[in-house]
Amino acid sequence: MKHLLSISDISKMEAISILDTAQELARVSDGPMKKLPTLRGRTIVNLFAEDSTRTRISFEAAAKRLSADVINFSAKGSSISKGESLKDTAMTLQAMGADAVIIRHSASGAAQRLADSKWMSGSVINAGDGTHEHPSQALLDAFTIRKHLSKGANDLTGLRIAIVGDVLHSRVARSNVLLLSKLGAQVVLVAPPTLLPVGIQSWPCQISYDLDEVISSVDAIMMLRIQLERMSEMYFPNAREYSRYFGLNSDRIRAMKSDSIVMHPGPMNRGLEITADAADGARSVIVEQVTNGVSIRMAILYLLLAGNQDAMESGVNL
Amino acid sequence: MIRGNYLLTGLTLPDGSKSDIAISDGKISEMGTNLLATEGAAKIDLAGSIALPGLVDLHTHLREPGKEDAETILSGTMAAAKGGFVAVSAMANTSPVADTAGVVEQVYALGQSAGFADVFPIGAVTEGLKGENLSEIGAMADSRARVRVFSDDGSCVFDPLVMRRALEYVKKFDGVIAQHAQDPRLTQGSQMNEGEISSRLGLKGWPAVAEEAIIARDILLADHVQSRLHICHLTTAGGVEIIRWAKARGINVTAEVTPHHLLLTDERALSYDPIFKVNPPLRTQKDVEALREGLADGTIDIVATDHAPHPAEAKECEWQEAAFGMLGLESALSIVNQTMVSTGLMNWEAVADRMSYAPSKIARYSEHGQVLKVGANAHLTLINPNLTFKVDRDLVASRSRNTPFHGMELQGLVTATFYRGLPTYLNGKLSSVHDAPVPGGVK
Repeated sequence: MKHLLSISDISKMEAISILDTAQELARVSDGPMKKLPTLRGRTIVNLFAEDSTRTRISFEAAAKRLSADVINFSAKGSSISKGESLKDTAMTLQAMGADAVIIRHSASGAAQRLADSKWMSGSVINAGDGTHEHPSQALLDAFTIRKHLSKGANDLTGLRIAIVGDVLHSRVARSNVLLLSKLGAQVVLVAPPTLLPVGIQSWPCQISYDLDEVISSVDAIMMLRIQLERMSEMYFPNAREYSRYFGLNSDRIRAMKSDSIVMHPGPMNRGLEITADAADGARSVIVEQVTNGVSIRMAILYLLLAGNQDAMESGVNL
Repeated sequence: MIRGNYLLTGLTLPDGSKSDIAISDGKISEMGTNLLATEGAAKIDLAGSIALPGLVDLHTHLREPGKEDAETILSGTMAAAKGGFVAVSAMANTSPVADTAGVVEQVYALGQSAGFADVFPIGAVTEGLKGENLSEIGAMADSRARVRVFSDDGSCVFDPLVMRRALEYVKKFDGVIAQHAQDPRLTQGSQMNEGEISSRLGLKGWPAVAEEAIIARDILLADHVQSRLHICHLTTAGGVEIIRWAKARGINVTAEVTPHHLLLTDERALSYDPIFKVNPPLRTQKDVEALREGLADGTIDIVATDHAPHPAEAKECEWQEAAFGMLGLESALSIVNQTMVSTGLMNWEAVADRMSYAPSKIARYSEHGQVLKVGANAHLTLINPNLTFKVDRDLVASRSRNTPFHGMELQGLVTATFYRGLPTYLNGKLSSVHDAPVPGGVK
């Protein structure tokens, strides 16, 4: 495997291998010497053509813990803001000898375009492309769920997971539906009909318009961010009505199973899709998701770049 | 006066019969088997080729004036000749927009001076294609370009009152409104067909209903004011059904389909390669089948290319940044052969109708679309349906290279094109009628 563009490109075994690797690497991060020499001398570019805080920092921390040289390249203050094309940016990075490019971009498919083009030869890691996918987020979510709920199993068989909110515009939802179902979980998407894409019937998941009907049966609930500009596009009448039907509040938390967990990829709109009680309560693993993100991204970089082409297939020896 | 004597031998006519065709002074002078060349006539063996009346395209973007980096009237008509076309209809979305007599006369004149095909300008329905005020439709109709087809193609004439007025106004000179059927509210920011694939790819959908709702509305308007409506680039199974219904009711509506919508589906978007980005978008296999069926049974009157050249940088980018549109002229007849004739859906008589007689009739191009017989204008397209070729974007005559068929093997090769009795394309070479050798003519 050279690139990580979409969850649909990786097998169940590869996904489990990434999770297992992340688990090993997390142990290192917990120790006194956080840094590994694995990627010494390799150059990794963080190409963030769209605003992002946590994903960029998370990838940067992951690369640095593996001793890679990291170059940050963000939209503001770069040639992208001067209208330079993706092609020219990619050729520039190639000329500078980037071994991998981690790309965040507002256009769906931008990562695949970069990987399929002849503009550069390094690995491409999709850190979120438009409303398409966000594979590293799904992997860290699966990692978090497995850690809390799998009872020692290496996959997610038997778990029921709800993803709630703006599925239509969510790359997190797309990657998670593919990954969680691949790992054996039963996924149910909960949203008003306006925020579910046409053609969703072919996705490997269930659909519900009623959060209250679903909430007592799930092991994990993942809340998606509602962007405020959606209101002017008439996806729902107003924020109050959205919160009433699809927000996670303390009443709904009480309706959940006793060992269930609450997740959110961030950034949160407190008071809109999730109340402070729910976000900061005992079931919430939202902050832990961020921590796990670094381990997952270390695993991704390690498996793509550490030179062991068979690592993905054979499992990992550290 | 253009003169030239040719004897084309070994041909098969659209009805399947064998014939040679002799050309003299821009007309077909003799037909039949085993014709003898008159003195000074050039004899050209075209055994294996079907002879069709010269192809007429009702939907072409030649980009001049304004976007000469993508195409010019000269390069676009060379592409036309290579694809077997003898007349093209230049869409109005140029810069400046073809919304005055001055612009359409210039486009017409540039076509004549290029000498590869007739260029008939299409006039804008509204000033600047803005959809608000009617452009000077009468002045364009009365100009030397004698415009009969009006379209805001690229934009929909969305305001129903403007559409009604336009339909009524062109009755004065037997004109027709060619509608780009796309509800702009339902397609804001749309990138591809809305369906399973768009939802997977996270690309904003362009729903079929946005096309069908406008078609239905305009059919009812055309019926109400008893005028002529033409639907550009039909893409959906539902649209075919609506037009079939309208024709059964006797409403005066015609429709076109592009070669790319007869061949390609939205699955091409899975590559995120915007060479497949086009407006209206590629649809599903079910739509492709309905379009083929509609073209075969005559519900869809014509094939039109929607030839839309773009410079490289407009396609070498992210899908959502890329321009809509693809080249069409040079591959159109091969694709029609492959999708409609080789499949047994249509015979060559029907191809002659959908690509020559019918478009000429809709647009009132009286010098074109004539049945091949003695005395007819010698506009001819020759295709050998048994030859295949591999599309190579580096070898196109167009100034742009955005063909979605690059690398594909297509069945059916245009072997020659005769325009006004002279070869604009022969033996792989393009030549203007102004430069053509004149065998047997003036020395």
